Amino acid sequence: MHDVNWEPRIVAFFCNWCTYTAADLAGVSRLKYAPNVRIVRLMCSGRVDPQFILAALAGDADGVLIGGCHIGDCHYVEGNLKTLRRFQMLKRMLAEFGIEDQRVRLEWISASEGDKVRSVINEMVEQLRPLGPLALRQQFKDWDREIADGDPVSATPAAAMHETEAAHA
Amino acid sequence: MKTNLSNGEIRIGFYICHCGHNIAGVVDCTAVAHEIAGLPGVVVSRDYKYMCSDPGQELIRNDIREHALNRIVVASCSPLLHENTFRNAVEAGGLNRYFFQMVNIREHDSWVHTNRAEATTKAVALARAAVLRVRFHRALETTRVAIHPDVLVVGGGIAGIHAALTLANAGKKVYLVEREPSIGGHMAKFDKTFPTLDCAACILTPKMSAVRANKNIKLWTYSEVAKVEGYVGNYTVSVRRKPRYVNEELCVGCQECIEACVFKEGKYPDEFNVGLSKRKPIYIPFPQAVPQVVVIDRERCLQLKSGRCKKTCIEACADRHAIDFAQKEETLEIKVGNIIVATGFRLFDAKRIPQYGYGLYPNVVTSIELERLVTSSGPTGGEITMRDGRIPQSVAFILCVGSRDFRTNRWCSRTCCMHSMKLAQLVREHTGADVTVFYLDIRAPGKGCEEFYDKSLKDGIQFVRGRVAEVTDWALTPEEEGKLVIRAEDTLAGVVRRIPVDMIVLAVGMEPQADSQAVRRLFNMSCGSEGWFLEKHPKLAPVSTFTDGVFIAGCCQGPKDIPDSIAQAGAAAAEAMALIDRGYIEQEPNTAYVVEEDCSGCKSCLPLCPYTAITLDGETHKARINAALCKGCGTCVAACPSGSIRQHLFEDDEIFSEIEGVLTHA
Amino acid sequence: MKYAYFPGCSLKGLGKAYEESLLPVMERLGVELVELDDWNCCGATAYMSVDESKACILASRNLALAEKTGSRDLVTPCSACYLVLNKTKHYLKDSPEIRESVQRALDTAGLQYSGAMPVRHPLDILVNDVGLDVIREKVVRPLTGLKVAPYYGCQVVRPYATFDDAWNPTTMDRLLATLGAEVVPYPLKTKCCGGSLTGTLPDTGLRLTYILLKEAVRRGADVIATICPLCQFNLDAYHDQIARQWGPVPIPTVYFTQLMGLAFGLPESQLGLNRNFVRMKPLPAIPAKA
Repeated sequence: MHDVNWEPRIVAFFCNWCTYTAADLAGVSRLKYAPNVRIVRLMCSGRVDPQFILAALAGDADGVLIGGCHIGDCHYVEGNLKTLRRFQMLKRMLAEFGIEDQRVRLEWISASEGDKVRSVINEMVEQLRPLGPLALRQQFKDWDREIADGDPVSATPAAAMHETEAAHA
Repeated sequence: MKTNLSNGEIRIGFYICHCGHNIAGVVDCTAVAHEIAGLPGVVVSRDYKYMCSDPGQELIRNDIREHALNRIVVASCSPLLHENTFRNAVEAGGLNRYFFQMVNIREHDSWVHTNRAEATTKAVALARAAVLRVRFHRALETTRVAIHPDVLVVGGGIAGIHAALTLANAGKKVYLVEREPSIGGHMAKFDKTFPTLDCAACILTPKMSAVRANKNIKLWTYSEVAKVEGYVGNYTVSVRRKPRYVNEELCVGCQECIEACVFKEGKYPDEFNVGLSKRKPIYIPFPQAVPQVVVIDRERCLQLKSGRCKKTCIEACADRHAIDFAQKEETLEIKVGNIIVATGFRLFDAKRIPQYGYGLYPNVVTSIELERLVTSSGPTGGEITMRDGRIPQSVAFILCVGSRDFRTNRWCSRTCCMHSMKLAQLVREHTGADVTVFYLDIRAPGKGCEEFYDKSLKDGIQFVRGRVAEVTDWALTPEEEGKLVIRAEDTLAGVVRRIPVDMIVLAVGMEPQADSQAVRRLFNMSCGSEGWFLEKHPKLAPVSTFTDGVFIAGCCQGPKDIPDSIAQAGAAAAEAMALIDRGYIEQEPNTAYVVEEDCSGCKSCLPLCPYTAITLDGETHKARINAALCKGCGTCVAACPSGSIRQHLFEDDEIFSEIEGVLTHA
Repeated sequence: MKYAYFPGCSLKGLGKAYEESLLPVMERLGVELVELDDWNCCGATAYMSVDESKACILASRNLALAEKTGSRDLVTPCSACYLVLNKTKHYLKDSPEIRESVQRALDTAGLQYSGAMPVRHPLDILVNDVGLDVIREKVVRPLTGLKVAPYYGCQVVRPYATFDDAWNPTTMDRLLATLGAEVVPYPLKTKCCGGSLTGTLPDTGLRLTYILLKEAVRRGADVIATICPLCQFNLDAYHDQIARQWGPVPIPTVYFTQLMGLAFGLPESQLGLNRNFVRMKPLPAIPAKA
């Protein structure tokens, strides 16, 4: 059903002043971490429109990571507080869609915390692996087909994978 | 896929840098260039050893000309390092500098991954994202804002004084606003300063006089900043001047009115002597006060409170008529281009640590109280005495009172070790008493300071390492009768000790001023988590704030000693002068803007901006963003329900294309 | 006013005088203390040091019984019981493991504890619920001229200081002043009395007791007022030993409730004053009503 060599793909939105700088610091320090993340640079985590997260998930990302300054340290005073609020509301909405909690994550990482960038990314990749691909695009296609044909489809690609494995066992 | 170029196709030049071996050692640059060459719109796709070098930049400039390129993407190191470099190259090539996007494949790829295939795939994804994004880049202009040449300095302590003098001597017009009736700040209260033990008044008062004498400085004491409006280069500030009921122009400071006051003696705690002596309702803060003008305390003056007084003060000033009970508070408005905030610190309230007995035992005093006792112009004429007038035979210093303490303040107040050793040496010198210093660590980092510590040891001052548990007056042995007993663990000796002494001095730490939150909002600054005003960058920009045109100096930025305060004051003055002398400031055009047709006037955005850059236009009822105030965070952009607020350089279409780019399978 | 009442083992044994004086004083003030039916030992400090989980189970039974009575608060005079019951409440709130094992144990006895019922000290009830004004009215023999050192001991302020300041509590000071006594400034009011160490490590334990007695004498107090039966015992029972080892410190120690009883004009025989080793000097007679 899906590529056995599948690796989780994560889109990250990092704020320029803290998290992006921390990621630079991780690089300067030659820390090594999983290559599954693609970083998009924004000025502030407050710029993160929930639509970006949804676009990433709908575009076949398996996870989204948002990085901002610690509360109280936002370069723009309070942008990260708005991010937090939106994030909490978005999480509820995503739960309604059946998108697992681990797939969208908000982290406060200050410019000096290069190691935290490393550990958060590694951790998130490991958490996503057992969940399997989100494959929303395929999900949408399958649901469209289900509605058209009346043919039930597995709940998630991971479930589908298990079904296939069980069938082969 | 829409493009925004109305007059032709997008022609992209893509460059991937080897960065010597830094990138090429992990990422297959040639392969990446090959992949990207196949993307629509990419006309040129090269890999090169060092893109940031002159030949590298030359490559870009030539290609723009030869291939009629109108968008450039460079995949190399972090934009935080070289974005400007490449923007300059693009501009030199004849293109708008913002038709450029940079890809970080070094700090975020080659330096953090080891698997060549995975690193190369990631580089391709990131590069593709940039190529898709750059198509949507618009031509933008860096904006320039003119700078008003006058400067406001808030706070008349040593930092504010030095900043004001530096600017005034450079020919700039300075307003120096100070809350107390005189400038001088905390330093005016000190006797001698470490490590040289030179007299504080001797080095401070000439500077205070210089402030008064300098024609470029307008000195407003007993005044506070009430409101700040505007933006860098164009601040309008309202200053509220409290009435001292004495005409500053007429008063010569002869002080006959104080002598003549119906209060025969001082009755109210004298602020300058930190409550160790009393003053009358009419007073001059201290003998070297600048301005040398009397002030009347409106809360305590009989005439002002009840209207019934003989007004002997007016009689005494019969020839000059300087006393004016009809004086009112006035608010003045000034225009300045830059503001330097140097509002200083306050001392930790020792009562918050009841175990040390401050306020309970009369012979427990704070360092600043001892400072006043030691000063020859202080309330005891320089005699170090206990409350009952006796000279102490044993004195203990307790360090880190309200510092390095998770129950009160976690930070180190930086000056107390040196300050305490200075006082300890003076106590020894004046009284010959046995002196013991209870410390956690001795911090003596400045020039001459370690030597000062040595001298303290040689002077016979005892040092006991251990946080004092409590100060008590219950005696266990006859020797302890009548004394204060310090109970502390001597961690080097490994025993708990009881040490009886006559007098105890608490080295109280520094704290942000009580109104620091209100003040920081006034100037659109941030505070750090500890409450000190936040600098733009702790290493690279310690006196700038995130608000352009507002600088900080001295202890309001964090605990420091006099040399560092003066250094920061000079630095802040220099930063302000740089702006004034250039005459303008350039702003990166990543500001938010409103597309009026789409705005419904819902006002969701108004409360979101911490810089109050968004207002509702009274006539159109649409949101309006002041680009000079906007710092480009994008919070309002993400929040706008109709999408009518956009952000230059971070447009939705640009970001959506980046997302699409990183996720597309090869 | 009615409260559920947990006396604890001490108040039925060595600390009998505490209960003997507490109950009539409360009655005089119109406060009803209803003793818990079938209460068990709280485990005191000893069990907590051996096995926290089991100690919580033991204490929780009393809390469950108290909750069953439907009273708003549980009053417990002994400081150790007070601390153990409050600690158990905190542990039940913070630790899911302890909550689980306690619930299992309570289930076997058919009991439940929600964790909500407050456990309070009589000092708290008297000064904060009844009020000093009401107490003042009941005073028929003001303790004028009697110098009292207020001694709180440690368990009522450490680690939880719920109704007073941990460093310098004043509830008892104010209460004693209301009774007309002269409250002596006593900086050792929350210092350890030695606790159980007076029995197990007498050199250390008794020294702490000695320090308390010595300072009270030095401050000119006539009597020390306590709120804890172990403190009272330590300060009262070892005078000979202390005198031999360090020096005589002749000062009596009574329960604050005994002083209240004296001020209320209750007969001395009812207040358990005869149980003290070191007797208090008799007070002047109750003044006749004017």
